[in-house]
Amino acid sequence: MRTRSTALLAGAAVLALSLTACSDDSDGGDGGSTDGGGDTITIGIKFDQPGLGFKDGDTYTGFDVDVATYVAEKLGYSADQIEWKEAPSAQRETLLSSNQVDMIFATYSITDERKETVSFAGPYFVAGQDLLVAEDNSDITGPDSLNGKNLCSVSGSTSAQRIKDEQAADVNLLEQPGYAECVTTLVAGQVDAVTTDDIILAGLAAQPANQGKVKVVGNPFSTERYGVGIPKDSDKCEDINTALQEMFDDGSWDAAIKANTEGTGYTPNGDENPPKLDACA
Amino acid sequence: MGDFFSQFATLFENYDVLGAFWVNIQLTFWAALLALVIGTVLALMRISPIPSLAWVGTAYVTIFRNTPLTIIMVFMTLGVWGQLKFELSQDFASNFFRLAVVALAVYHAAFVCEAIRSGVNTVPLGQAEAARAIGLSFLPAARIVILPQAFRGAVAPLGNTLIALIKNSTVAAAAGVATETSTLMKNMIEFNSSLIYAIFLTFAIGYVILVIPVGVATTALSRRLAVRR
Repeated sequence: MRTRSTALLAGAAVLALSLTACSDDSDGGDGGSTDGGGDTITIGIKFDQPGLGFKDGDTYTGFDVDVATYVAEKLGYSADQIEWKEAPSAQRETLLSSNQVDMIFATYSITDERKETVSFAGPYFVAGQDLLVAEDNSDITGPDSLNGKNLCSVSGSTSAQRIKDEQAADVNLLEQPGYAECVTTLVAGQVDAVTTDDIILAGLAAQPANQGKVKVVGNPFSTERYGVGIPKDSDKCEDINTALQEMFDDGSWDAAIKANTEGTGYTPNGDENPPKLDACA
Repeated sequence: MGDFFSQFATLFENYDVLGAFWVNIQLTFWAALLALVIGTVLALMRISPIPSLAWVGTAYVTIFRNTPLTIIMVFMTLGVWGQLKFELSQDFASNFFRLAVVALAVYHAAFVCEAIRSGVNTVPLGQAEAARAIGLSFLPAARIVILPQAFRGAVAPLGNTLIALIKNSTVAAAAGVATETSTLMKNMIEFNSSLIYAIFLTFAIGYVILVIPVGVATTALSRRLAVRR
């Protein structure tokens, strides 16, 4: 009998501990989203996209990170008050609607479907779908020259399927869990092209390990408008848009693009960039 | 509410949910066959009287049982296909399907081997000694006397391995099999985030429906087939 009550006590203690652990977390999150100034702000980014959102040890680099840092500063949070949190594509809406993050800068395209659950500020960048090929490749110039070739994309992205449906029916599709795997197979010569948004490709090409081995074709054939994801009831949209407009106007936006795609010769689609901001809902 | 159901219904028109489950069933089927063959050979090696064979069997089980399945999958695409340029099929898509089947099979063969070995332990030592006494050498003794009884005793652990295999077949996404359920679920959630719970439950229930009959069948079979002693 004694052992059983000891076990019960131990169980209760563990439960109590885990409960307090949970409430600690939510306290931190709430503090960030309600108070300005002295508190922290939680921003969701990608951790695995070099050039956009990338976690390198305990530093964070990339264009999304630079824009997020700039906007956070205008909202009254210095760089060391930002708490970065990973926002994988399939979890972005959940992170926002459960208030685990205050903003998301994670190559988050503005779509009507997503607007049903979250709100968007921005866009802060207009990307276009493009192709990454080997440096010495000259016969792939666009999606319609992909027939009979092997094309890699990341699972959970419709970009490759769109090419197969609309431009090159005979393309072989390979889906991989991440872009790094795609580039590995591209460098090994097993696939002929990797497709996704041009700025993501430029970020991959700018990585030291890939420099001089791959290049972006530079013929974007769609428009993806990257917005700042915010919770549906957020009142920050106007402030974020003001901050973004300032960033476009004072040249830091251009500087951020250049710094993150250095050495790849990449230039964003000039007709669309810097983008015109949407009105807040 | 009616709006919710109509949205949910259009999901099934836009995404081939049943087809995705079918891919997982096919992966499971071929991997289970292959794993059973490899696992039986491994179990034979581990109980064989030849020390070097037993050592190889033990080494295989130790290595593959302790390697995450995802790593084996990634090695299949990036290593075997990407760097070694080894192809299992001329057709681009079925190549990755087969690579994934091989990855699933070599991983689960370690567990099948241990399940069969546990079955061998249910066979009394006297059976092996009796087989020896009537002049059977190792292989015939194993084939005629030991393994038939061992398999009967191993039905339940083999069933557990099969259940694990069904669910692990979703890891084939890491080997470039993009038509299976976990990839489809990720896609559906990413582009229909307002229905996230319904989508999640659909796949969770789908797997419960797949797994429960296997569990019931193996429990019933193991009761019926076990050698009464």
